[in-house]
Amino acid sequence: MLLRGKAWKFGNDVDTDAIIPARYLNTTDPQELAEHCMEDADPDFPQKVSKGDIIVAGKNFGCGSSREHAPIAIKAAGVSCVIARSFARIFYRNSINIGLPIMESPEGAAAIEEGHEVEVDAKEGKIKNLTTGETYTAAPFPDFMRQIISAGGLINYVAERVKKDG
Amino acid sequence: MGMTITEKILAAHAGLDKVEPGQLINAKLDVVLGNDITAPVAIKEFRRTGKEKVFDKEKVVLVPDHFTPNKDIKSAEQAKILRDFAREQELTNYFEVGRMGIEHCLLPEQGLVGPGDVVIGADSHTCTYGALGAFATGVGSTDMAAGMALGEAWFKVPESIKFIYHGKLQEWVAGKDLILYTIGKIGVDGARYQAMEFTGEAIESLSMDSRFTMANMAIEAGGKNGIIAPDRITEEYVKGRVKRPYKFYYSDSDARYSQIIDIDAALIEPQVAFPHLPENTRGISEAGLVLIDQVIIGSCTNGRLEDLRMAAGILKGKKVHPEIRLIIFPGTQQIYLDAMREGLFEIFVEAGAVVSTPTCGPCLGGHMGILAKGEKALATTNRNFVGRMGHPESEVYLSGPAVAAASAVKGRLAAPQEVI
Repeated sequence: MLLRGKAWKFGNDVDTDAIIPARYLNTTDPQELAEHCMEDADPDFPQKVSKGDIIVAGKNFGCGSSREHAPIAIKAAGVSCVIARSFARIFYRNSINIGLPIMESPEGAAAIEEGHEVEVDAKEGKIKNLTTGETYTAAPFPDFMRQIISAGGLINYVAERVKKDG
Repeated sequence: MGMTITEKILAAHAGLDKVEPGQLINAKLDVVLGNDITAPVAIKEFRRTGKEKVFDKEKVVLVPDHFTPNKDIKSAEQAKILRDFAREQELTNYFEVGRMGIEHCLLPEQGLVGPGDVVIGADSHTCTYGALGAFATGVGSTDMAAGMALGEAWFKVPESIKFIYHGKLQEWVAGKDLILYTIGKIGVDGARYQAMEFTGEAIESLSMDSRFTMANMAIEAGGKNGIIAPDRITEEYVKGRVKRPYKFYYSDSDARYSQIIDIDAALIEPQVAFPHLPENTRGISEAGLVLIDQVIIGSCTNGRLEDLRMAAGILKGKKVHPEIRLIIFPGTQQIYLDAMREGLFEIFVEAGAVVSTPTCGPCLGGHMGILAKGEKALATTNRNFVGRMGHPESEVYLSGPAVAAASAVKGRLAAPQEVI
């Protein structure tokens, strides 16, 4: 599947409080969460972002709390993929589990600038910068994680197993 | 080649003799934890697994602690989802307001986690239980849902970093200062995906409360878990408290570490982390003049009896600075009762502080102490990210209870020695 959109650039150590501040965690509604996505990093982001856009960030993206509301808010805001130099552990796991495509690519994270048009082949781990013509690669997922991704997230994977085990 | 304590616990729960860093395993879970923010999402996802009942009604623990006592209608609806699910599933370990506490103070206190356990919690500070010699790590709601359904979770076996704290601690220095110093040294991603194993003379003489504080903040260095080998102090804490069988694991002398970091703990003075990352630490003597508006003492990091005693030791007979709001929130109902019986509340209230019911409220900017634009707080909590305690243009400084109490008296960042 090819994902394509405009890049929005963020720095290092973007924490989950910046992605979705705790003051909005009294709901689990994805659309409501999306209205505040990235608000404490860029207050205008929820208005500016368009469907398909891509977040590009530095190291340790998604550090802090375990709130799954963070990748849920990003996904519901229409963001098609997050590219970062590195991801914090729980955010990485949560993204795989809920089916938000993420790409660990130090090269891509450094080279892509805000406003660049980017195309991502999530399955192949290839990132193409349509503005500059450059291409970057992302770290491949281990097989087990590919299974979760291809099942459409962890719950589908678990449900298949529950069904099989009776 | 030997194994670390983390590797041994994971191997035992995966039914394997040996595991290596990087290996993907499925491990049996002893506890699956959720709270009023994360469990509603997990319960929704659990319904999609096809399972009608959770894997073990004794091992799924629900604690409504974040926005409770319910701060608004939406929060009340979320807390109700937990309550209804707990009743439906006949969960043994659901803790209602009035009997609850901040989850990471509550679970060890109630004996729900024992040495050698594998625990996942849909809360990043689940790593707290590593202080007991358990493997405990934070996960998201979907992992919690899968854990509730299957009683197991997949893990990548982490590499371990060994921290050796040499020497004896200075006066007023406790677990919080050691962990803030450590995060300052390695950075907020210095232990990303790794186990942080805390060892050395200074750890061996550390109280259980201080050990919980250290393991609690492993996540602030990006760690998967923090862990301390069990010893006599651990044994005294868990004896009679943990009703299930538990097991002490120890790292082999030839275990493999990605790094070994030696720290001279005797040189560490009380620490403060400046905004907006826990790695921005300095010794209190290098803090300079920082005026503050609010001081928070409590949380899953520093809301235990030792912390309250330390604060009371400084506040006794003194007054909170006229321009400071001091809010104290004990970790659990039991800690609340113990502190009250010891007369600590009298000291706090006479000093001009407010004592809150146990809640995560102010730590994450939920309720019970939100900051206005431009305000500064000093808190014994664990995160000082932008907007963490309120307005995005407010600031949070982090410290242990001794510095917090001294600063509440002075109205600025202050060392305990300035007040005593």
